[in-house]
Amino acid sequence: MFEVAPFIPFFVAAALALWLRGWPRALLMIAVPLLGLANLWLLGEGSFGTWSVLDFQLLLFRADRLSLLFGYLFHVAALIAIVYALHLRDTMQQVASLLYAGSALGAVFAGDLLTLFIFWELLALTSVFLVWARRSGRAYVAGLRYFALHILSGLLLLGGIIFYGQAHGSLEFGQIGLGQNPYGWMIFLAFGIKCAFPFFHNWLTDAYPESTPTGTVFLSAFTTKVAVYALARAYPGTELLVYIGATMACFPIFYAVIENDLRRVLAYSLINQLGFMVVGIGIGTSLAINGAVAHAFNDVIFKGLLFMSMGAVLHVTGRINGSELGGLYKTMPKTTVLCIIGAASISAFPLFSGFVSKSMVMSAAIKNGYDWVWLILLFASAGVFHHAGIKIPYFAFFAHDSGLRAKEPPANMLVAMSIAAALCLAVGIYPQALYSLLPFEMAYTPYDVTHVLTQLQLLFFSALAFVWLNLRRLYPPELPSVNLDVEWFYRRLLPNAARGFVAAAFRLDQRLRGAALKGVGNLIEGISGHHKPEGVMARSWLTGSMVAGVVLLLGVYLLLGFTL
Amino acid sequence: MSGEKQYFFDRPDNIRLVLRIFYGICALLVAADFVVHRHTEFRWEGLPAFYPLYGFVGCVILVIVAKWMRSFLMRPEDYYDRLELRNNEARGGHDDV
Repeated sequence: MFEVAPFIPFFVAAALALWLRGWPRALLMIAVPLLGLANLWLLGEGSFGTWSVLDFQLLLFRADRLSLLFGYLFHVAALIAIVYALHLRDTMQQVASLLYAGSALGAVFAGDLLTLFIFWELLALTSVFLVWARRSGRAYVAGLRYFALHILSGLLLLGGIIFYGQAHGSLEFGQIGLGQNPYGWMIFLAFGIKCAFPFFHNWLTDAYPESTPTGTVFLSAFTTKVAVYALARAYPGTELLVYIGATMACFPIFYAVIENDLRRVLAYSLINQLGFMVVGIGIGTSLAINGAVAHAFNDVIFKGLLFMSMGAVLHVTGRINGSELGGLYKTMPKTTVLCIIGAASISAFPLFSGFVSKSMVMSAAIKNGYDWVWLILLFASAGVFHHAGIKIPYFAFFAHDSGLRAKEPPANMLVAMSIAAALCLAVGIYPQALYSLLPFEMAYTPYDVTHVLTQLQLLFFSALAFVWLNLRRLYPPELPSVNLDVEWFYRRLLPNAARGFVAAAFRLDQRLRGAALKGVGNLIEGISGHHKPEGVMARSWLTGSMVAGVVLLLGVYLLLGFTL
Repeated sequence: MSGEKQYFFDRPDNIRLVLRIFYGICALLVAADFVVHRHTEFRWEGLPAFYPLYGFVGCVILVIVAKWMRSFLMRPEDYYDRLELRNNEARGGHDDV
């Protein structure tokens, strides 16, 4: 049988899209994820495509239940994002998005670390064009920073792979784990940068909101989920991940509350959702891993839906700051409803997709004795409802009337959002379909009285807090501003320090040159002083004093002749 | 705005109605805590109204802390741009091409 690795259709289509225009290109772009999905379904579990570099056997395609689930997910995400971007007439963006989706598929089906590394770098290289596609100064510099951090991640991965190859003699991509070796930590950090671990998270909140309305939808789906997949394969049950994940779930919600750019709010909330997945991987039981993977699946769909609804707002109004929006429900009711479905899903309302996956991670946390982590996750669940569930729809579509009377976005955007919304509801109402695809067999029922009741209590009283704070005018207003984050170190401190250093070096150089010039001047002055009229060398001397000098000299010779 | 269509939330009565329904649901949810027997796994979970209190207090603390964070984290909107962008024209960009 003729076997095609899942990334190949996307790469071939990207090459073809360069030459096609208009409808043929649109048809091609829609056909690729559909054909790819059928191809993947036929391939199923298994492996093929061995090649060798030096002494290492490499494997282009290896599918098990874990990678297959991510494979299906990426095809669905690509289809939704392609439909959403169908109105574009931008070859660069469309080609880059196909290559980007293909690279993500290449990475999750890589059977060895070197193949993973190649697609890891391709992910960075192709996605940065989606940031630059905005063609603004901000997008350009944000893209450069994004690219630099991802190249750093790739270099760490390559370094880790070299050490790993030396230690094991094989490059098979399986469980690595942290231990008394350098490669474990290097690869962990490489995955961590792509997964937006704390202190390395700013590439995400920096670059994603600067991309185009359509580019952000692609970006939010692939890069971080490839990192989650890689962590789930190489570091399941690493306890450190539980604490990293809890931190990731917690701190971004504070930033999200005071952030004005609504797509940046979503970027912070993306880190918050990644936190739940990372905790699940860290706990490492089959329930926890299943929960992490299921949540990754749902997150791509509902976060995509939220990014799409905010992209639609940006597309039709040209604005995305909460301080400039409001009252859009009046003329954009369909977008409003679709956005609320996404908001309900991320907030984990019963019957929406977030509910059936987030709870698995929470249950696993409490079953394995992580009480404090469970409390933090519970707080993060309330917080995510607060900033993503309420703040996003409220400040965009309700709140004060901004006077904007924008039309609904183009039909293709509405169709893409509707597909995502339908998936959110389908998974929420019939979770068994998703559960049957998960890596481990399990018996888990999300819908019982306790769970539904407690979740509703938590969410409704979070909403009550929002209402109360708003009515008491305690809620922080949306303000046009920038909030300092870790990025301050490399966007402000380092450039300023470099500038200060260069300026100081110039000053020192100037002073040294000045001093040297002054010294030379003084020397010339001193020498010429002796030759000027009245100078020692310009005087006319008496013959007598000359004779006296010669006598003195002869006297000295005489003296020397006696003594030596 | 005179002459423009009146929308649902333009009428204060409608807002009040929505809020009343919302308060009603909240009250029912707390009441349900005393009627329904919940199975619990965590020692504080069994406390009556644990989840409503945790959600409410958690969110109030979240907002107050975030507001306090603004006092030392907030900078003007062009804080980084002044350093990173040479001219203002580069700032806009195309939102769609």
